[in-house]
Amino acid sequence: MINTTTPLLQVEDLRTRFHIPEGTVFAVNGISFTINEGETLAVVGESGCGKSVTMLSILGLIPIPPGEIVSGKAIFRAKDLIKLPESEFEHLRGDELAMVFQDPMTSLNPVLTIGKQITETLRTHLGINQEEAEKRAVELLDRVGIPEAASRLGNYPHQFSGGMRQRVMIAIALSCDPSLLIADEPTTALDVTIQAQIVELVLHLRELLHMTIIWITHDLGVVAGMADRVIVMYAGFIVEEALVDDLYDNPRHPYTLALLAALPRVDRRRDRRLNSIPGAPPNLLVEPKWCPFAPRCTYVIDRCWIENPSLELIAPAHKIACWVDVSLTLDGSRS
Amino acid sequence: MSDAELVTSNIPRLIQDEIESPPLSLRQLTWRRFRRHKMAMFGGVVLIILIFYSFGGSFFLSESYANHTDTNIRLDAPSSIHPFGTDTVGRDILARTIYGGQISLLIGLTAVIIETIAGVLIGAAAGYYGGWIDAILMRITEAMLNIPEIFLLIVMAKEFGGKVPTITFLGREFSGSLIVIIMIIGLTSWMYLARIVRAEFLSLKENDFVLAARSTGTSNAGIIFKHILPNSIAPIIVSATLGVANAILAEAYISFLGLGVQPPTATWGNMLDGANNYLESAPWLWFFPGLLILLTVLSINFLGDGLRDALDPRSRAV
Repeated sequence: MINTTTPLLQVEDLRTRFHIPEGTVFAVNGISFTINEGETLAVVGESGCGKSVTMLSILGLIPIPPGEIVSGKAIFRAKDLIKLPESEFEHLRGDELAMVFQDPMTSLNPVLTIGKQITETLRTHLGINQEEAEKRAVELLDRVGIPEAASRLGNYPHQFSGGMRQRVMIAIALSCDPSLLIADEPTTALDVTIQAQIVELVLHLRELLHMTIIWITHDLGVVAGMADRVIVMYAGFIVEEALVDDLYDNPRHPYTLALLAALPRVDRRRDRRLNSIPGAPPNLLVEPKWCPFAPRCTYVIDRCWIENPSLELIAPAHKIACWVDVSLTLDGSRS
Repeated sequence: MSDAELVTSNIPRLIQDEIESPPLSLRQLTWRRFRRHKMAMFGGVVLIILIFYSFGGSFFLSESYANHTDTNIRLDAPSSIHPFGTDTVGRDILARTIYGGQISLLIGLTAVIIETIAGVLIGAAAGYYGGWIDAILMRITEAMLNIPEIFLLIVMAKEFGGKVPTITFLGREFSGSLIVIIMIIGLTSWMYLARIVRAEFLSLKENDFVLAARSTGTSNAGIIFKHILPNSIAPIIVSATLGVANAILAEAYISFLGLGVQPPTATWGNMLDGANNYLESAPWLWFFPGLLILLTVLSINFLGDGLRDALDPRSRAV
């Protein structure tokens, strides 16, 4: 994974805040990560930890105001996306950068036909006429596994099931062969069998198109099957970053440990309650000056309340933000 | 094998249409619901008859006949030669209601087009962009709403009326005041529509599909006109329909006051001008144009009510 070439996307010290009547929401607090060409990066964390806001900031989709990107860089193909003017961004979004959203039931415009919604993107970015765009739309729908694609171009979103709509969303996202696909919890709103189908579809398309993917999720089960590298986020910080096998075999941040312990397992007694992490996610209206996980952490030490640890390399390609070496305290094993 | 065939042959066969009837399009659904609305259907039929009356009538009676004055036959009661009677300068009222109807309906339609364009643009900009754009546009809207429309109409008609020369269009001469009236009515009636459109945009722009459209590189204009506007078309259609009735009435007001479209161009409104002096002595002067205005406005309002119900997605009556 150590790559000498420049990464496809390099994010540095990204800070996004929202100014709301109740105060300032510290949504993303200095995030840095890179993703290389052809890599699949998973971003995990609970709801409200800043996963989506990070991606929306990179894509320039944060509404300003109330949002504000206080600092940060996102270098994509030698361009800083954070400072890119909107007019240039419009050419990039949907063409080089594509995004698939969480809820396929609401992400398609209910009054426009599927065909119109796909061809719109094609025509904007490829400058082709309606006839060619429709031809390509049929190919795209075919590629994402929608049967009788040609006859479905004239259909409206309500005539499709949830899984089918997510396939359409993926077709739209892939319509201009993007270099980077950001998938924001694309399987969360779907039921389990459909989830598996969509994951399979994306894996298949990744092979086919050599795509770079950022996959946002809170489902660690999905991550294990598809990602190369994982970023764990908590309260707007990256708390752990590791190669996927490393993360599961040797988690080093107390939050990652707790997350993995909370996973339901087939080999456990069924009448046992699932583990949960005590406490509640932190209030994002307070500027974080100490470790945000400290109130819920079982390994907490005095220093956690005074200083917020930064993300440090502790092993090859493995970074954590924690004052405690979990592997020394409990041999890394908890159950 | 033969057993299986025997069993399956007893099962009544479904043809494709019975298994899954193709879903109805919005247009089909709307038409179905609209048909159930008796008053709206009645309004629609009456309106069509009125349109035929106004536009078909010109094949039987010429415009010069409608504008021909003959003081020898002034204020003649309805007869076989002049079925609706004659007016104060001896013009045939039947012919004038035909040509006046064209103008009145034309004013209704074109004024509403102007109203809709202004209302949609202002409402969409305010609702979509928000912030100071919204604040400024909505204060202007409220300021306009605070001035009673009728005074605004009168003042503007007096100010601009007669400043536009007579125009020739499609081989016919129209008083320049016609253009002025259309513009005035259009530009003094967009406020309610702007508010409706703004409210629609305020809620629609929060939808995920707007974010999704932005993520595919759609420009602001594309999102406003291609994504949000089609979603708010129902209230706009209803409002525009009712707007036609209001525009016809507004034209009648100002023409009745003598400030509207100037003779010889006839409108249903300016035919009423002066008729108040003959309320009892020559009731045919006001009865026929008045009845036509009443029928038109009433049927358009029924039509609008029907459309409102038919286009309402929450209405489950199919």
